[in-house]
Amino acid sequence: MNILFDERLDGALPQADPQTTRERLRAALPGMTLLDREEDRRPFECDGLSAYRVMPMLVALPETVDQVVTLLKTCHELRVPVVTRGAGTGLSGGALPLEQGVLLVMSRFDRIVELDPEARIARVQPGVRNLAISEAAAPLGLYYAPDPSSQIACSIGGNVAENAGGVHCLKYGLTVHNVMAIEVITLEGEKMVLGSEALDAPGFDLLALFNGSEGMLGIITEVTVKLLPKPETAKVIMASFDDVEKAGQAVGAIIAAGIIPGGLEMMDQLAIQAAEDFIHAGYPTDAQAILLCELDGVEADVADDCQRVRAVLAEAGATDIRLARDEAERARFWAGRKNAFPAVGRLAPDYYCMDGTIPRRELPRVLKGIAALSKESGLRVANVFHAGDGNMHPLILFDANQPGELDLAESVGGRILELCVEVGGSITGEHGVGREKINQMCTQFKPDEITTFHAVKAAFDPEGLLNPGKNIPTLARCAEYGAMHVHNNQLPHPDLPRF
Amino acid sequence: MDDSQATGGTATDRDLAEALCARVAEADASGMPIHITGGGTKAFYGRPVEGEILDLTGHRGITHYDPVELVVSVRTGTPLRELEDVLADAGQQLAFEPPHFGPGATVGGMIATGLSGPRRPWTGAVRDFVLGIRVITHQGRHLRFGGEVMKNVAGYDLSRLMTGALGTLGVITEVSLKVLPKPAASHSLCLQLPLANAMAKLTKWGQQPMPLSAAGWHDGRLYLRLEGGTRSVAANRARLGGEDLDPAFWTALREHTLPFFDRADPRPLWRLSLPHHTPPLDLAADVLYDWAGAQRWLRSDLPASAIRETAARAGGHATCYTPGAAEPFSPLTPVLAKYHRQLKMRLDPKGIFNPGRMYAEF
Ligand SMILES: Cc1cc2nc3c(=O)[nH]c(=O)nc-3n(C[C@H](O)[C@H](O)[C@H](O)COP(=O)(O)OP(=O)(O)OC[C@H]3O[C@@H](n4cnc5c(N)ncnc54)[C@H](O)[C@@H]3O)c2cc1C
Repeated sequence: MNILFDERLDGALPQADPQTTRERLRAALPGMTLLDREEDRRPFECDGLSAYRVMPMLVALPETVDQVVTLLKTCHELRVPVVTRGAGTGLSGGALPLEQGVLLVMSRFDRIVELDPEARIARVQPGVRNLAISEAAAPLGLYYAPDPSSQIACSIGGNVAENAGGVHCLKYGLTVHNVMAIEVITLEGEKMVLGSEALDAPGFDLLALFNGSEGMLGIITEVTVKLLPKPETAKVIMASFDDVEKAGQAVGAIIAAGIIPGGLEMMDQLAIQAAEDFIHAGYPTDAQAILLCELDGVEADVADDCQRVRAVLAEAGATDIRLARDEAERARFWAGRKNAFPAVGRLAPDYYCMDGTIPRRELPRVLKGIAALSKESGLRVANVFHAGDGNMHPLILFDANQPGELDLAESVGGRILELCVEVGGSITGEHGVGREKINQMCTQFKPDEITTFHAVKAAFDPEGLLNPGKNIPTLARCAEYGAMHVHNNQLPHPDLPRF
Repeated sequence: MDDSQATGGTATDRDLAEALCARVAEADASGMPIHITGGGTKAFYGRPVEGEILDLTGHRGITHYDPVELVVSVRTGTPLRELEDVLADAGQQLAFEPPHFGPGATVGGMIATGLSGPRRPWTGAVRDFVLGIRVITHQGRHLRFGGEVMKNVAGYDLSRLMTGALGTLGVITEVSLKVLPKPAASHSLCLQLPLANAMAKLTKWGQQPMPLSAAGWHDGRLYLRLEGGTRSVAANRARLGGEDLDPAFWTALREHTLPFFDRADPRPLWRLSLPHHTPPLDLAADVLYDWAGAQRWLRSDLPASAIRETAARAGGHATCYTPGAAEPFSPLTPVLAKYHRQLKMRLDPKGIFNPGRMYAEF
């Protein structure tokens, strides 16, 4: 089932007249860059989910909050849909434009407004790159903890909108745990601040609600993040296994020993091989799986924990255990992991990155399921896994130039996500629903739950003008999706109203 | 039973969800408000509610606990003490140290108030550990948001939205929480130190990797708790010196049983939530510092407006803990109030859930 906006299933979109919209925006915002020539709009037709492209009606690149306010007020008045874009690295099509919509690009908001070491906060504009915050804070001995692998490129506004994670989430949390406050402009052009530099704020926790809300509830125009003191030391242990299941059990054993590693990552054979060929990280290419376990904190404790983790890994049947000798080797071990996506990408013309989460104990079952799907479809699948927090990134290899292969890859991906839901997990741990997983939302949530999500959306945007069609499917879409997935003559959603 | 399974369950475990759903559906049909209650230990917090009592204390039991997954799921009528005991048996804890305020405290009250204890600045608040909830919506439907996994960004984060919402958006019947191992070592100590020096030290330590997990100040004494690995705690203990402190101090601080919180004191008790490094505020009040300065308790006869304005100027807010205040919570800006009203209207159109508990207007 195609994921591009389909008015039959996703609801009617207001018909905006491009010329009126352009003229009105030009008149209201003479100083703002507004792109309308096809060649200028072209670079914005997709985000990181590049298999899907739509030319936006207009592309706006404001530089001030006042411009954002005026733009939203104008679009609200004209009933023109607005899709917000940060750096466009999203993998779920959250920033996929609409033909009838304005694409609001926040990349020019790239200033670090304030770094306050005593308050341990950074106040930044939403277009600031994730890594730029830690770089700016480094001379102060501080850093911003969430570190998505895309951190050199992705924006902090996009991180908040997706509640982005990274390889240090188990210990340091997701974006939602590290953001103190955001400034938001509502669809009607009102400004509000959610959260504060204190540790809480009165009223509902709207700050938490906006984390991961995918640009559906308001536009983020400023972000205040918490900075942490850099750990005194960080050590990485790499353990090899001749069996993926054993590696999975070792993860549980480390946590059962009362240790919360700074990072705990797993890669399977195909991912190890790809990363090694690409980065020369020093990975054992004959291993069936490796675990990277980072222990960070105060020197003396880290030394103790390294000893304990080594013992646990040996007990769990690791065939080789290596402690990175120095900072350079530690950086290499991580470089292999952080470049795993592009590395795997070299193995085939295209790859499709999934993002399911599962209770860790279900890892063997899910890996077996993935292997079976891979065999059945003939598509290779590499597994990269935030093992500590149960977040899997199966990478499905395919060739979009072969007729039917994209569809096949998507259907394998969809089935992997459904398997995650079946074992008690989720269809997305950190990449978001966007357009990509809009159908699988129908698997994870019941119609009443989806209706409740629509109620939340309606509290902020009753006309559905902000990022229409993303994140939450219509019940009509779920009904249609359910009808296509009839198993054993039983509809998966018999309780859904059918249209 | 394999080790991934729930605790055996106790004789008092009971699932009343169906009956609770029916009660809510009736209330919605008749428009008759309901007043959701647990153990009543936090009844003082917020405004009084007029409505038929919906007692959650019978709906109890841990439904799933897997220490290796670091997750526990529990019905909200479960006594908080019972949950903490089960976690302690596995060497784990609720890292945010929720206050009980009485023996009857339930898990539901902890979630609905969203209150956290002394460790909050270092490990996070209740909402940071909430992974999923089950909730009864106004039509009496029993729904699930979030789940038992650490990461989940499917749909809006209703679990965290409802944490701390004082039961005004729905009846939370079950919650899944991230739990953490207890630290290997813990040591509490006390230093004689004037406020300015104490604040300067806390600000400096905050920028260093130091195994702090609680910091309070009152009346010339800085109270500290070190937690972490055995060796780092020992090293910092040696470095800081001071007198040993009975760790029960932190429980007494959290539970408001220190002499400072004496209920016989006629002056209202205020909680100020501020950026931690805010200099001492110019208010006539006895002040006890917690959360390394980010949470300050005030005994003061000053008018609410004076306290609120001072807190707001410093970038924070003030809550009155003494029952009977007309508006215990700081008022919202007009724009925020509008979106609160609209959320309430969409999720509880007839206003049946704890009306007026948080703000008079909803
Ligand atoms: C190679 C690679 C590796 C990745 N690794 C990770 C990883 O480890 N962890 C992880 O979590 N993600 C990862 N991602 C995904 C992606 O980088 C994140 O989702 C990131 O947070 C997106 O940020 P962005 O600025 O690119 O946002 P965009 O892609 O531009 O937008 C994402 C969503 O946010 C909304 N949005 C953006 N800015 C705003 C704003 N100012 N106000 C309101 N809404 C806004 C958009 O409407 C859209 O819905 C990876 C991506 C790639 C390509």
